[in-house]
Amino acid sequence: MNDIYLDNAATTRVASEVRAAVLPFLEDSFGNPSSRHPVGARAAAAVDDARRAVATALGARPEDVVFTAGGTEANNLAVLGLARARKRHGRHVLIGPTEHPSVRAAAFALRDEGFDVEVLLLDEGGELDVDDLARRVREDTVLVAQMMTNNEFGTIYPVDRVARIVRANAPRAAVHVDAVQAIGKVELSLGETGAHSLAISAHKIHGLKGTGALVLTPDAKPRPLVFGGGQERGLRSGTENVAGIVALGVATRMAVEHVRATAGQPATLRERLRTELARVDGARLLDPGRLRSPAIAAILLPGAPAEVWMHHLEERGIYTSVGSACQAKAKEVPPGLRALGLDDDEARRVLRMSFARDTREDEVVAAVDALVEIERTLGVVS
Amino acid sequence: MNLPIYLDYQATTPVDPRVLEAMMPFFTNAFGNAASRNHSFGWSAEGAVQQAREDIASLIGASPKEIVFTSGSTEGINLAIKGVAEMYASKGKHIITSQAEHKAVLDTCKHLEKLGHPVTYLVPDSTGRISVEAVAEAMREDTVLVTVMWANNEVGTLNPIREIGALCHEKGVLFFTDGTQACGKVPVDVEADNVDLMCLSAHKIYGPKGVGCLYVRRRKPRVRLVAQIDGGGHERGMRSGTLNVPGIVGLGKACAICRDELDESMQRLGSLRDHLEARITSELDFVHLNGNKEHRLPGNSNLSFPYVEGESLLMGISDIAVSSGSACTSASLEPSHVLRSMQVGDDLAHSSIRFGIGRFTTKEEVDYAADKVIEAVRRLRAMSPLYEMAQEGIDLASVNWQAEH
Repeated sequence: MNDIYLDNAATTRVASEVRAAVLPFLEDSFGNPSSRHPVGARAAAAVDDARRAVATALGARPEDVVFTAGGTEANNLAVLGLARARKRHGRHVLIGPTEHPSVRAAAFALRDEGFDVEVLLLDEGGELDVDDLARRVREDTVLVAQMMTNNEFGTIYPVDRVARIVRANAPRAAVHVDAVQAIGKVELSLGETGAHSLAISAHKIHGLKGTGALVLTPDAKPRPLVFGGGQERGLRSGTENVAGIVALGVATRMAVEHVRATAGQPATLRERLRTELARVDGARLLDPGRLRSPAIAAILLPGAPAEVWMHHLEERGIYTSVGSACQAKAKEVPPGLRALGLDDDEARRVLRMSFARDTREDEVVAAVDALVEIERTLGVVS
Repeated sequence: MNLPIYLDYQATTPVDPRVLEAMMPFFTNAFGNAASRNHSFGWSAEGAVQQAREDIASLIGASPKEIVFTSGSTEGINLAIKGVAEMYASKGKHIITSQAEHKAVLDTCKHLEKLGHPVTYLVPDSTGRISVEAVAEAMREDTVLVTVMWANNEVGTLNPIREIGALCHEKGVLFFTDGTQACGKVPVDVEADNVDLMCLSAHKIYGPKGVGCLYVRRRKPRVRLVAQIDGGGHERGMRSGTLNVPGIVGLGKACAICRDELDESMQRLGSLRDHLEARITSELDFVHLNGNKEHRLPGNSNLSFPYVEGESLLMGISDIAVSSGSACTSASLEPSHVLRSMQVGDDLAHSSIRFGIGRFTTKEEVDYAADKVIEAVRRLRAMSPLYEMAQEGIDLASVNWQAEH
């Protein structure tokens, strides 16, 4: 049997269209976009095309797309750059309850610069507590960062409501949305979120590792983090990663087209997984919040810690994960799981399966077959 | 021979087919996240990253644990300079650098100046070189960092890194060098050369764009840095973000090839460069070398052609891809800050061309380029009254200066 890769929230296979688009820029069209000769101009034109593709896909102006080295840098640029640019208006920062470490750690680093950084709450259903946000947003709030799709259990948070509340109560504040897990999975546009910035990453949508983008509104104006040659309108210096940027352009276009083509359709894979899980005694799909990404499923398993299940699955060529890749080494219970009312023991029994657009239903079924088999033959049920 | 002829290897280089071949599996099958310790997709990525660390370390005489991956040298420079300045601020704030550094160093230093870090910008000599004496003279009680590039990107001048490093170690000051143009081109040994921090970039050594690394010394002294990108704690907490596995594999392979072929390439590029210069200077008069004949990158030749307007010259040799200054600054018509720092007059600076010779340059291409340059300069000078006057022995420099004031 072929390997079944169900860890697409960690990283994805490079799409063959992406690979084909990228190769020329690793071979003959290798110029530095800043060079004025035709070799450079060809590279610059490719970067421009990709910029337009990303801008069009996300409803921004091309000049407001800043290419970065990935989602982490895009989130850092947004959090640090937007807050610093607004510090004369105040130093209050709010971040979502389950932000990715690249948002959390960047926000906490702002504390050294005198910022007051608070973390928002989830309600008992695992939904973002917008009343808590409304209570805590202040006139001197300069940044609110709320992810769109949770990377661990897939909740889609109401970022548009967040933006409305913030814009009404803290007119100077910027709203940043980490959309790394949202793009390609749910409809996404800068205008509809109401945010000032969206962070995306190429390797989560079948592009290359090492590239991402921060997409901005014209008035967002973050301070740069990286200084130098003045590329990306001074917001991100450094020779452009032409191949990576071309890949991001193609990957973004394909991701958005996929969402459009499948709009309104049920989350087939996730629902099939839910149905199939009935075959595993004591297992269930977690459904935190009102809306969930069709691509991310957190499964509460019986008996043994999820890591044990994961390794047994892996022996069968099925790749899943426990927590996010970035936290694979950490031991603590993710805040989101705690908010769902899971105790420490239960939180350790949560396995993540995450899908890509090329994941097939029979692969999901095979994964559950394997869970059934593991449960039966190894007797991991307590 | 394919046109245009690419002689801009200091701006960027094509990816070596051997490098691309090493990267390809990581675009297809072995695409895991190196931080996914959970499964073998992640493991194969992790193993490949480790191999790359070893190849890079062996090129520069470091240990694999001292390599921190970045998205390129600009990020490496920012991380080194800001990371040191922030980490050691309580010890002292003074930074010493040079006016001939890359914009990434200068702009980062200017940013730190605004935050209250005093910076001394040393003036290089007329060949673009910084002397160890100049660094010694600038040292203060509160100096925490010296940052002097190994090889200049525009004129190719090599700085006395080993001596500056020795001075820094003697004074207990950290030494960062931008090794972007030097690594893989000339011998680099962070131990023997007394370097504490050094960045390098893959796309200058036949690897892909968007990846580089920072060498951070772990002992004698153990260098600590404040991370500039947070979240996830990759790279010993110094640089977070999912590792660019294919890019890192490409960087590793690029370093391995450079290491294996260093001696041969230095000789080959040096002789191609000398051939180019010999051809041009034997047929044209008043050609001015910007840089240091003795201490220079083998593949670099920066020449000024007085009495010729730089833009016209570039257009006259349009099937040769060269640069009239650093790629990062050539979009503006400002004379290069490097040439300015070397006290090269604006006229000479404006007529300067950087020829960057590299791994795939052939003698045939060099000859073609030489012919084109000679022909274009001759043609343009034939229309130049200034050139006529110069040939008659009139002291043009003084005439020009007075006319401009």
